Amino acid sequence: MAGGGAGLTVGTGPAPSLKRGAVGEAGEGAPELAGGGDSSGEAVVLQLLLYGLLLSSMGEEEGLRQTQLLDTMFVRGLKRKCFDGEEDIEGTLAGIKAIPSYNLQRQSLLDMSLVKLQLCHMLVEPNLCRSVLIANTVRQIQEEMTQDGTWQMIHTQSTGQASLDRLVSTDILCRSSREQAEGKHVSGYSAFNKDFEGDQAQDSSETMSTASSVQAPRNLQSNVWEMENPQENKGNFQKSLDQIFETLENKSPNSVEDLFSEVDNSYYDLDTMLTGMMSNTKMGHCDGLETFSSPTATASNSNFKSDLNELDHIVEILVES
Amino acid sequence: MAGVAGGGGGGCSSSSSNDFQWCFSQVKGAIDEDVAEADIISTVEFNYSGDLLATGDKGGRVVIFQREQENKSRPHSRGEYNVYSTFQSHEPEFDYLKSLEIEEKINKIRWLPQQNAAHFLLSTNDKTIKLWKISERDKRAEGYNLKDEDGRLRDPFRITALRVPILKPMDLMVEASPRRIFANAHTYHINSISVNSDHETYLSADDLRINLWHLEITDRSFNIVDIKPANMEELTEVITAAEFHPHHCNVFVYSSSKGTIRLCDMRSSALCDRHSKFFEEPEDPSSRSFFSEIISSISDVKFSHSGRYMMTRDYLSVKVWDLNMENRPVETYQVHEYLRSKLCSLYENDCIFDKFECCWNGSDSAIMTGSYNNFFRMFDRNTRRDITLEASRESSKPRAILKPRKVCTGGKRKKDEISVDSLDFNKKILHTAWHPMENIIAVAATNNLYIFQDKIN
Repeated sequence: MAGGGAGLTVGTGPAPSLKRGAVGEAGEGAPELAGGGDSSGEAVVLQLLLYGLLLSSMGEEEGLRQTQLLDTMFVRGLKRKCFDGEEDIEGTLAGIKAIPSYNLQRQSLLDMSLVKLQLCHMLVEPNLCRSVLIANTVRQIQEEMTQDGTWQMIHTQSTGQASLDRLVSTDILCRSSREQAEGKHVSGYSAFNKDFEGDQAQDSSETMSTASSVQAPRNLQSNVWEMENPQENKGNFQKSLDQIFETLENKSPNSVEDLFSEVDNSYYDLDTMLTGMMSNTKMGHCDGLETFSSPTATASNSNFKSDLNELDHIVEILVES
Repeated sequence: MAGVAGGGGGGCSSSSSNDFQWCFSQVKGAIDEDVAEADIISTVEFNYSGDLLATGDKGGRVVIFQREQENKSRPHSRGEYNVYSTFQSHEPEFDYLKSLEIEEKINKIRWLPQQNAAHFLLSTNDKTIKLWKISERDKRAEGYNLKDEDGRLRDPFRITALRVPILKPMDLMVEASPRRIFANAHTYHINSISVNSDHETYLSADDLRINLWHLEITDRSFNIVDIKPANMEELTEVITAAEFHPHHCNVFVYSSSKGTIRLCDMRSSALCDRHSKFFEEPEDPSSRSFFSEIISSISDVKFSHSGRYMMTRDYLSVKVWDLNMENRPVETYQVHEYLRSKLCSLYENDCIFDKFECCWNGSDSAIMTGSYNNFFRMFDRNTRRDITLEASRESSKPRAILKPRKVCTGGKRKKDEISVDSLDFNKKILHTAWHPMENIIAVAATNNLYIFQDKIN
């Protein structure tokens, strides 16, 4: 991700400048983007990118203003935080906005960081230093927000079925390290990484045949929405999220994945945070696929299975006759 | 400013430090506005004598410039650097195991001290280090009587006379050949290589490990630092740069993304996980922000030529450390403090992750580092003066004196000042090099290499 255009017009960069107030605008664009039938993992992230571009292009000036505002708010907000709100509140509009918006700017930074982490997965090979620094920033914000108690508060603001799921995902996000220990993530995925980790520990960097054999079947999975256990899908966004990252992270199945497994859920969390539409769309996906997937396991395998069913049917007929 | 005591520069008496000025000398590279990604210079390095200047680019090529002998008839014009050799050092590779491309971008070039007529350098991309031999051929042996006139080999029994071949001059040919390839030792991206003062070994550092190599042995390296945690989820810090001490062959330092530097002594143990010295400046609590850690990440570490100091570059400043004092640097120079209020924007457009390098002059009296808008900064350690210069085509007239630049941080913008919001963050000077003995500097501005010299009074 190269630097943005000339000067500080960073709103035009690929990373959207995020503001929760922009939900309304962005929502209009989202369903068009997300309504496509293609449901591969890459498309999901691509949708997010496109969405981000759309957001930033629609709100370029807005984006610029937002970022500049964020800059000033950060400076002021910091002072406010450090000196317990005694600090300068100038008579300007920005100054007045700065008081309640420390949380807003912090949330924006968190959102931005999460997007950056996800975009990492798209690159040739993620720059580990950059990823670590962003992840540390995310952790720092999360810690602060957890201490503040604002973490749960923010995530109960949305309504409907989605809210419970979001609470689940945030809960998991907060306890993700414990979760890892319990092995709650998709077992195949973590087993794969353990293999990889084990091999790396032996320092045989380029000749890991075990890892390659595990990877090969995963590469064949093009459909991210493949549900191994269709009955668990209902409302289980965490699992589907992991599956997204199985496919995505095939591109970089090194130990960096472990680093970001704990933010996998937050990717989705961010997504729902951005717009209600986006989350609804995703739910729509899941709903649609639930009905779709009930007779067969996967879309990619469905053809195969339906062929088999047909074959069985034909054999049945032949046998009967 | 930036007078070099004892260097080859002219006009360096203390009273005339005002007279010291940098002039444009040369610029290499295409003038095109449209820059090909492969042409972006990714490393610049003078050799030990300063006669050779090597650059590496994103396309995996190495271009070596050689300084022409000074022309007696033009005593005021210093030797110019002209292309000496160009070769493709690294090719793009594909890691089939991970389904990832391995970039051919040259991350670092380090010269070996010259021991014979040939020149040797190490060049590295993310995964593989190569030792290149650059040799000249300007003579050719002729007069063999082993072949007939039509070129067929003669039957040895039919050769009755003994003839000694004669060496005849030919056009100079500079050949670059890879003599060693050091591969498959790094899981993560190599960020540094450093030749040891023993001239036999060198280190290579990636994000999590540092390996020690012998220049003659390619199938084996020793791992001397390993900061990879058992559980990668616990990873919070990576290695960002490493360098051997210029005189003590057992001492090296490595910097981290948390703004710390560790000095290790290889005599103490085989695996130098425990440092001998730990350099860290305590954080200023009043300037703490969410970006504090990111901007404290050290992008480059360089020992002074004397070996007594080392310099580190983080996002906003350059710090000089005395190796005998671990708790704080002895000098801190602000490179572009006006960016502190823009950190959020710079985080968004990823500029905050730019890795700037820094360098010492030959006498360790001045240091130089790059900034944005094709600006670069020099600090004189003695006079504490600093200057901002620009590498641009506008100031590219022969021997044109570079005008100091100034960034306006607020309030009224004076004439010739540039405001922070007008800075071009795509024009970043990450790589600079200073001639080991004279006041000649090489500044890489995207795809162009600028060479500046001091003005001879």
